[in-house]
Amino acid sequence: MSDASQTASHASASIRGLHKSYGPVDVLKGIDLEIDAGEVVCLIGPSGSGKSTLLRCVNLLETPQRGTIEVAGHEVTDPEADLDLARRSVGMVFQQFNLFPHLTVLENCTVAQTKVLRRSKREAAEAARRNLELVGLTDKADRYPDQLSGGQQQRVAIARALSMDPQLMLFDEPTSALDPETVGDVLAVMRSLAERGMTMLVVTHEMAFARDVADRVAFMDGGVIVEEGPAAEVIGDPQHERTRRFLSRVLNPTGVEAPED
Amino acid sequence: MAMSMRQRQRVSRTVQYAVLVAAVLAVALLADWPTLLGAAFNPEIIAQQFPGIIVTALKNTIIYTLLGFVVGVVGGVVLALMKLSSVAPYRWLATLYIEVFRGLPALLVFLAFGYGIPLAFGFRFNSYVTVMLALGLVSAAYIGEVLRAGLQAVPKGQMEAARSLGMSRTRAMVTIVIPQALRIVLPPMTNEIILLTKDSSLVYLLGMTVSQYELTKFGREGISATGAGLTPLVVAGACYLVITVPLGILARRFENRADKASR
Ligand SMILES: Nc1ncnc2c1ncn2[C@@H]1O[C@H](COP(=O)(O)OP(=O)(O)OP(=O)(O)O)[C@@H](O)[C@H]1O
Ligand SMILES: [Mg+2]
Repeated sequence: MSDASQTASHASASIRGLHKSYGPVDVLKGIDLEIDAGEVVCLIGPSGSGKSTLLRCVNLLETPQRGTIEVAGHEVTDPEADLDLARRSVGMVFQQFNLFPHLTVLENCTVAQTKVLRRSKREAAEAARRNLELVGLTDKADRYPDQLSGGQQQRVAIARALSMDPQLMLFDEPTSALDPETVGDVLAVMRSLAERGMTMLVVTHEMAFARDVADRVAFMDGGVIVEEGPAAEVIGDPQHERTRRFLSRVLNPTGVEAPED
Repeated sequence: MAMSMRQRQRVSRTVQYAVLVAAVLAVALLADWPTLLGAAFNPEIIAQQFPGIIVTALKNTIIYTLLGFVVGVVGGVVLALMKLSSVAPYRWLATLYIEVFRGLPALLVFLAFGYGIPLAFGFRFNSYVTVMLALGLVSAAYIGEVLRAGLQAVPKGQMEAARSLGMSRTRAMVTIVIPQALRIVLPPMTNEIILLTKDSSLVYLLGMTVSQYELTKFGREGISATGAGLTPLVVAGACYLVITVPLGILARRFENRADKASR
């Protein structure tokens, strides 16, 4: 199998002192987060804690009021920076897939390549097919998104993002909108991406995935990162009360007492 | 005695049919059919309408409709973009325009054009230009609303996904949002052309020469000839239906396709 993603350079990212508010509502209150090249960081935390907002700031879908974001050593929050250029090096996978319904699976993966990167049709289709192979969907290239299951759509969305050769991949609850039986396929694709050395920032409620795949886990609450460290430590032995409470709710949603370890 | 649901439905259906049959019978028996048929479907008069009704009237109706539609689409695009603009005064202006022109009878707008333009500018536009403006300004209000609704019906995630792939706002609009909006607006836009076809009959208010007659004016002139009866109007009406019925079928096709696509 040809290996597209190992040739691409994978960037580090660094977020410093990030503040974001909507009017009077402070959503991010000073976020600091370093992601090394090839590292997988999982972001966990209760609803409304600002996880999506943080990802959207990194991808410049939102403009932070204060703070800096660097991707591969380039400051993307610099007002002089070319936003479209900066966005190009960061891939994003959304909870609701957001595939383009009027385009086939293959076209979903080629449209930005030809229109933004100015690749030839053939070149773009080759890259698209390589990435569809990576997510196991080469046979669906000519289908339309609404002919696929949720899990298949999300894998196409991953292939679409990969086709732009991103240096950093963002995932915002990529499995939350999926039927339970298709979650595994998507997580498997993400795991293989991680093994290929992709730099990834993943918002997820899949604690097993975070524990097994993430190098580090950051717990967010109320617009700040409360606790951060190696996955096994944050999930297995949280230091903060808020983290503990959140984890016990997520790991044991029915409220039955779990044995202490 | 209480009736079951089924029984009650059957009784009510029987009553409906009885009323319908009675109404049809009344019309059939009471109307003076020989006179009416003679007046409305006189074969000689029908023959007389051709070829003028086609080469002049039908042609002009189509030309007026298309001219009005072009102006309507251009104006509608501007209005839709203004309504979606982040600049508040643009939104207010567009809303004002749309509310005014949707709230006025087209007849009144045409009258205002017929009398107002000579008053304001001291001369008459070429009548095609006047028609184009009058029909266009009215339809722009409707088309603007249709387009705005179409653009807003495309989920926000589409723009975000396109932006996250590095597309500029304009590029994302052109390649991702507008093609999806077009599918959504196709049925209402087709209906708009049907309305416009009928509204084009109002251009007679602007005064016109014989060669500028459209279907309604042509029919009116036809029935004022002695002995013509109603036949010219019937022929003109048939010509309208030749345009509007296929458009109606087309609109339904688009609707079914859009339904299927959104499922
Ligand atoms: N465009 C917006 N305007 C105003 N407030 C917003 C906007 N977007 C998000 N917020 C607010 O910011 C807070 C954080 O939202 P965010 O979506 O980042 O949370 P989250 O951690 O991703 O939650 P979830 O797990 O539910 O996705 C919420 O209180 C939300 O109401
Ligand atoms: Mg979220």
